[in-house]
Amino acid sequence: MDFNDTQKEAAFREEAANWLSGNTPKQSELEGLDYIQRAKLWQKRKYDAGWACMRWPTEHGGRGASAIEQVIFDQEQSKYKTPDSIFGIGQGMCAPTMMAWASDEQNKQYMPAIASGEHVWCQLFSEPAGGSDLAALRTRAVKDGDDWVVNGQKIWTSGAHYSDYGVLVLRTDPNLPKHQGLSYFFLDMKSPGIEIKPIKQISGGANFNEVYFNDVRIPDAQRLGAVGQGWQVALTTLMNERASIGGGGGGVNFDSVFELASNITVDDQPAIKDTGVRRKLADWYVQEAGLRFTGYRSMTALSKGEIPGPENSIGKLVGAPKQQDMASFALDLLDASGIIWDEELSERAGLFQATYMASPGFRIAGGTDEIMANIIAERVLGMPQDIRVDKGIPFSEVPTSGN
Amino acid sequence: MNFEFSDEQNLLREQAQGFLRDYCSTSVVRRILDGEESYDKDLWQKVVDMGWTATVIPEEYDGLGLSYLELSVIAEELGKAIAPIPFSSSVYLATEILMAAGSAEQKSEWLPKLASGATIGCLAVAEGSGPMTGNALAAKLEAGKLTGVKIPVADGDVADFALVLANDDQGPTICLVELNQSGVVCELVKTLDPSRSHACLKFEGALAQVVGASGQGLALLDSIYNRAAVLFAWEQVGGADTALNMAKEYALGRFAFGRPIATYQAIKHKLAQAYVKNTLARSNCYFGAWALSTDAKELPIAAATARVSAIQAYYYASKENIQTHGGMGFTWEFDCQFPYRRSKLLAINIGSEAVWQEKLIQAIEKDRAA
Repeated sequence: MDFNDTQKEAAFREEAANWLSGNTPKQSELEGLDYIQRAKLWQKRKYDAGWACMRWPTEHGGRGASAIEQVIFDQEQSKYKTPDSIFGIGQGMCAPTMMAWASDEQNKQYMPAIASGEHVWCQLFSEPAGGSDLAALRTRAVKDGDDWVVNGQKIWTSGAHYSDYGVLVLRTDPNLPKHQGLSYFFLDMKSPGIEIKPIKQISGGANFNEVYFNDVRIPDAQRLGAVGQGWQVALTTLMNERASIGGGGGGVNFDSVFELASNITVDDQPAIKDTGVRRKLADWYVQEAGLRFTGYRSMTALSKGEIPGPENSIGKLVGAPKQQDMASFALDLLDASGIIWDEELSERAGLFQATYMASPGFRIAGGTDEIMANIIAERVLGMPQDIRVDKGIPFSEVPTSGN
Repeated sequence: MNFEFSDEQNLLREQAQGFLRDYCSTSVVRRILDGEESYDKDLWQKVVDMGWTATVIPEEYDGLGLSYLELSVIAEELGKAIAPIPFSSSVYLATEILMAAGSAEQKSEWLPKLASGATIGCLAVAEGSGPMTGNALAAKLEAGKLTGVKIPVADGDVADFALVLANDDQGPTICLVELNQSGVVCELVKTLDPSRSHACLKFEGALAQVVGASGQGLALLDSIYNRAAVLFAWEQVGGADTALNMAKEYALGRFAFGRPIATYQAIKHKLAQAYVKNTLARSNCYFGAWALSTDAKELPIAAATARVSAIQAYYYASKENIQTHGGMGFTWEFDCQFPYRRSKLLAINIGSEAVWQEKLIQAIEKDRAA
């Protein structure tokens, strides 16, 4: 066991570090740009130098790199403050689905613009009646000549308002059982009949949208997979969602709460002297370490050219509730002042308050805690699926919340 | 990045699994739990014949001179099998103390016998309720003679010698006492986990020799516990996987309301949580094994991290295994009791969860102050 790169990996790391050191955007270049423009500027620069979507084949805009090389580049990039990416869904979920199911010509046409950041893609899956039970979606597509005519509503679409294209699953036959009546498409988000409305979240932000379809026409040539094969295609996208969303990222972590507990006085001594505080911090440290070392195990598999084992699936289920619990605990430490949420007045410019309000979303987006637990039980432990009362019944006859 | 066991180490694991499947089924655990014997002598002899007790002992003392990664593999498999033998006392504790602090003569005398399994060693620290601190220590070492009462002592009834914490004129000190002498009285103690024997050792002027420096017993113990904690954590992770597998197998076969209980989310989510806890603990054990095998300065943090998460994982998996079994899990006849008992023994034998949480935060504070 060791933590060192192989010789080849070390050489690659050096190459990546060298390029990054001279090419990350300077503050002066970013001034006056909004976050979309900043993200696009940085992505284009990486693309031009061959550092974008590195694992993709060269004809699609990548460089045919290995998984470990992508990880190494990401690690090196994370040492710099670079513009936040807005391409995760397009590059991480839509593009792999296209590459698996679209024609060579389509991929040649669309992939390079995804890699360069010229085109942003979104994913239109969830609906008001289908979240965890995604296949219960109802937005209808009816064949009309060489087109499909779409009517209905999608929800929780991240980035719909700045996306150029989207992938979506639609109900093409309501008289077949739930999973069998679906088909998968991609479409131009500027198509007539699309209306996008932002959703204001409890955290104050508006990262998601409702997307309404009123007689929107999608060419049949933009169907991925056969009519009725939409669920299978959707699984390609969802597999990649889990691979790309990962451990819940930064925000409130052991370090930030440890520091807070060291600086706050409770009963005339720093809170960190309190046994209860120490025990809680120890628990979170242990969880964070466990996630970090699980990541090392996955990296080892990638380094050997293998696929990481099922241990990789625990990240979101551990990371998301941990964020919520740690933020809540930090607010308790702040006592009455914890209620103040103000960039000027709050500790860490309101990080703990912001995480307290954002973390309920972490536990829901990309698979709820409960769905993640089902996935572990079913795919990792091999336990059977729950009995489904809608199995084999025409979708149009399945009971729904509304009736 | 190579954060994985080597092919040779994985081969050792396969060999260990096959061996323990043959010679340490749960019926072996049950025989010791139910019977009069303190440990399974047949299994112990076979473990010795495999060379496991010699794993990390240097070749100059007739050991195999392998690394702590190999010993980690063995520990995990013994933990999975809930093996009823004095392996941890002799290997993780007695052998470690002698290797770390024994004089040249003590090493030459004892290490070859520990390696060959001819001798079993144990560690005697506790003197009743609560964690052992210097202030509470009553055992006394005066002019090479030990007096005092140690209870409970894991494997105290089967060991040939004990390493005993006692005060000499310099303070807490570790001393070596051969147990087959007139100044030692050994009585069996009834415990929560009768698959591992425990004794009360009474020393009445027993001949003893100091191991390591006088007055440095607590510091020595602390460093040995950091090492042993990693190996115990591997046993715990192994045991936690056993409990999870028992629960899963039962849930797949047990029908209620016309279907396997494994289809119910209440059961699935319980077992998914066990998988999560086991995985976190296992990954932390990897880091512990790395730190132990390389003598890394991170060992105190790595050991505490592995131990805290392994305690939590084994407790959760073993109690929810009984719960998943329902009433049958509560019967003597079923095997669910084995991991439940063993999880508590391993959770408190070298300091409880709370003790190690405190050690962890102290180690982090020290690391950050440096």
